[in-house]
Amino acid sequence: MAAAARPGPGVEELVLLEKLLGLPKGSKYGVQGERKVPVLQTNNGPGLTGIMTIAGYLVKQAKKEQLLGSTAEEKAIVQQWLEYRVTQVDGSSSKEDTRIILKDLNIHLEDKVYLAGNIFTLADILMYYGLHHVMVDLTVQEKEKYLNVSRWFNHIQHYPGVRQHLSNVVFIKNRLYTNAH
Amino acid sequence: MRLRLPVRGPAALKVLAAAAAAAAPVELQWGSPARERAPPGPGAAPTLELESGALLFSPNAICQFFFLRRGDASTDLGTQWLEWEATELQPAATTALYGRLVLGRTMAEAVGVLREPLTHMEQSLARTGTAFLTGEAPSVADVVVWGTLFPVLQEESSVPAELPALRTWFRTMTLSDPCRAAADTVLVPTALSELTSHLRQQPGPRGAGAGAGAGSGSPAPSPASPPEDEGSERVLTEAEIAAATDAWARGAAALPKPWRPQTPVLPVEGMRNILITSALPYVNNVPHLGNIIGCVLSADTFARYCRLRNWNTLYVCGTDEYGTATETRAVQEGLTPREVCDKYHRIHGDIYAWFGISFDYFGRTTTPKQTIIAQDIFRRLLARGFLLQDTVEQLRCQLCCRFLADRFVEGTCPMCGYGEARGDQCDKCGKLINAVELKSPQCKLCKGVPTVNPTEHLFLDLPKLQQPLEQWLELSWASGHWTPNARHITRSWLREGLRPRCITRDLQWGTPVPLDGFRDKVFYVWFDAPIGYLSITANYTDQWERWWKNPEQVELYNFMAKDNVPFHSVIFPCSLLGADDNYTLVNHLIATEYLNYEDGKFSKSRGVGVFGDMAMDTGIPADVWRFYLLYLRPEGQDSSFCWSDLMLKNNAELLNNLGNFINRAGMFVCKFFGGTVPSMVLAPEDKRLLARVTLELHQYHQLLERVRIRDALRCILSISRHGNQYIQVNEPWKRIKGGEEDRQRAGTVTGVAVNMASLLAVMLQPYMPSISSAIQGQLRIPPDCFVLTHTFTCTLPHGHRVGTVSPLFQKLEPERIEALRKRFGGGQAKQTPPAPQPPPAPQPPQQELAIATGNSPEVLAPHGKQQ
Repeated sequence: MAAAARPGPGVEELVLLEKLLGLPKGSKYGVQGERKVPVLQTNNGPGLTGIMTIAGYLVKQAKKEQLLGSTAEEKAIVQQWLEYRVTQVDGSSSKEDTRIILKDLNIHLEDKVYLAGNIFTLADILMYYGLHHVMVDLTVQEKEKYLNVSRWFNHIQHYPGVRQHLSNVVFIKNRLYTNAH
Repeated sequence: MRLRLPVRGPAALKVLAAAAAAAAPVELQWGSPARERAPPGPGAAPTLELESGALLFSPNAICQFFFLRRGDASTDLGTQWLEWEATELQPAATTALYGRLVLGRTMAEAVGVLREPLTHMEQSLARTGTAFLTGEAPSVADVVVWGTLFPVLQEESSVPAELPALRTWFRTMTLSDPCRAAADTVLVPTALSELTSHLRQQPGPRGAGAGAGAGSGSPAPSPASPPEDEGSERVLTEAEIAAATDAWARGAAALPKPWRPQTPVLPVEGMRNILITSALPYVNNVPHLGNIIGCVLSADTFARYCRLRNWNTLYVCGTDEYGTATETRAVQEGLTPREVCDKYHRIHGDIYAWFGISFDYFGRTTTPKQTIIAQDIFRRLLARGFLLQDTVEQLRCQLCCRFLADRFVEGTCPMCGYGEARGDQCDKCGKLINAVELKSPQCKLCKGVPTVNPTEHLFLDLPKLQQPLEQWLELSWASGHWTPNARHITRSWLREGLRPRCITRDLQWGTPVPLDGFRDKVFYVWFDAPIGYLSITANYTDQWERWWKNPEQVELYNFMAKDNVPFHSVIFPCSLLGADDNYTLVNHLIATEYLNYEDGKFSKSRGVGVFGDMAMDTGIPADVWRFYLLYLRPEGQDSSFCWSDLMLKNNAELLNNLGNFINRAGMFVCKFFGGTVPSMVLAPEDKRLLARVTLELHQYHQLLERVRIRDALRCILSISRHGNQYIQVNEPWKRIKGGEEDRQRAGTVTGVAVNMASLLAVMLQPYMPSISSAIQGQLRIPPDCFVLTHTFTCTLPHGHRVGTVSPLFQKLEPERIEALRKRFGGGQAKQTPPAPQPPPAPQPPQQELAIATGNSPEVLAPHGKQQ
């Protein structure tokens, strides 16, 4: 069912995640369908399909379950943001979509350190990978406009082992646009 | 945990089902969240407030939370299904649902859109051989996927037959208690219109070919031309037959309990709250059949239907009593205006009672509450700068010391020279006249010559309100059922541009204007009359504002004839928008065309046609009148009342078709089985009949939900036609004399037929309430069966005792009809010749004919026609 094609962006970030988690290299990935959904070949059965699913599996393989949240509440919140990542962020196709996502996140992160509150989770990691190409292109003014997103993003990219070969996005500490909100 | 559900859609469905399945103690709230806690993502998502204060806004995460807190672990396979549901299934299902509800696509097309995901599920279920998606027990994945599919598919039979594993799964899920309960709460008592409106407000889903659908002026299929006309004679699928057989077997226990609201009826949180009004009949005359079908009877039929659907329904109406027409009538009859109103209010009340109109309250506009509410709206409009002051030239009779309202003055028509033109319109050329333009005007009372005097008046500044009006209309049109004529008339008004409209009059009989300088004036009826809906409700209950200032919970249906449209779609909404007090504005505006009499017009002034009080004297039962009027309800086009057609329909449809079937079914039970419903063993032919009846029932619902009352009546007649055929083919009267097998067959046929009669009694209730209750009495149908669902179930099981069965209808003989035609055809005036010719009934707000045609906006302008 999985066509052996050029790995898509989804596969790339799963490879990054493997490395971050300290898992051995060598997992076999394929992609499936028009959207190039990643498929992980496992030793038994038809494999696992989808970024959320595979990422969750990898976290459990690495015995780092705390990245999925420990209470029922935390687990549901992590699932929610992973879903947001694969539906909203990956589904965004226009500037307007991107603007809405940044606005949503900016409001959500106003009173939070991480997406799930005070704990660092898989949601932060995948959201970071999913938003990297967006943040790279933001102007200084836009970064100031989405101040909470910028603070969060800067925090995550400095988290040990997360960024890897991805470019460092520069955020200026002092505000330039005093009228911005 | 507080769960908030803004829209009754798939998201609400799966979340409720999951809460029930995992026994989560949620505190349920319907409606939109407070703004400051608006969740990210698509606007109408459900939200769950967790104990930590965190907010879940993803339906799937909410579902998963319920299962996690119960102790279910999340598995890779479960996560995979949830991810697949969010990324693959949901977009397809949204497209399919949008196609079904907004674009009116067929079920086959919807299923086509879902082909790929459905096949994926089938393969997966078939490969693992498990009953559920992740194993042998239902998990969160099953609930989430079912919740997305159910609103589209609705029934097991929609799942293609070549996907058997999926079909079994879908049936198991649909029949499970949590899912069924959720569907009953969210979907089945059609919040579908709410969902449709929600979908309409969304941009069309990608790839739905829907982009143009919501745009105005595009040739998108109108909501009034849905695909349900594919006809009842189409071939039944095996799945439909199996589903109908299942539903039949569930019996009366599967029916929801009929909702019995307390008095006074008030909106109930979480229920569909329906507020129905019919245009207020003007008090100065007796209503004719056209008036009756145009408003009160149509609204009554719909109100009864809503109640049978377990929707919380309030139906109010009353007489419109203020205005110049009452004053002229009072002068003619030598009474005071109050006496005239009392007299005619009673006449109206008696007529509607005879016709079986089920008002929750029938009030009147001349009450203290009317003064309070009308003056409040006036003051709010004044405070917000929506009123203008201007001088108007008006005719005044110095002898009578009064300004001459339209009908108090006569003269020569300035257009055609006709000598007896009235102050507002010429009867000869039909043109509208500004009273000051009349040549040689005369006071109608003293024949004195009036003079032109200037007088100060107040105007509603409609141009200032046009933009908010248009914004609101766009919403209401997108989400509500507005008949095409209502949309058309409103559009033509807006195209012309709105002009200020005078809201005061120099009269005594009206609501006083509470403003210095205007204390001797009253509000003009068209400003005043629609406020009657509010004040009548206020006379019904002190808590009237829970209906009228509650657009979040209440759905408002206005019924009227088309000449009343602009008052309900433009002017009254402008008053309410301008007054800005969170009023409930009309969601569904249902306007009929005109009913003609034989080949001419009903005319109150010439007394042509049948009037309410006379219908009582014809000896024809009220329900037959109701049936015939609803059968030819001018829905979409004018129709004509015709005596010989009335006879034909009574004899052919009521007597030979409907009555014959119900009577035979009941008689067989009495004659052959001693009054006890026999045992039934369903043969394939019987099951096909059940499916056929179910199909008609579905169509009946589809039509009535769109307020296509006349068309839905055809479904009832169609069911009884199927029933007659069934009896005819199976000949139970012969088989009962045969062997064991034949007698069993006779029993089955009789049992199925009498249950069809029982279903017909319920379906018929909105149309013919007395006949319905007669059938109920004869067959002893339990009162709890008087509730309408989408299934035809066995309500009179084996062993049920019926009562005494007797014929329901009588034949109408040609001689009798001919006599009636002669009596009414020539008109009422001929029978009571010496009575003073009543002025052609002005029926405010109907009195301004310009409004009916929408082509003479100038009469509405400040210096236009004045009374």
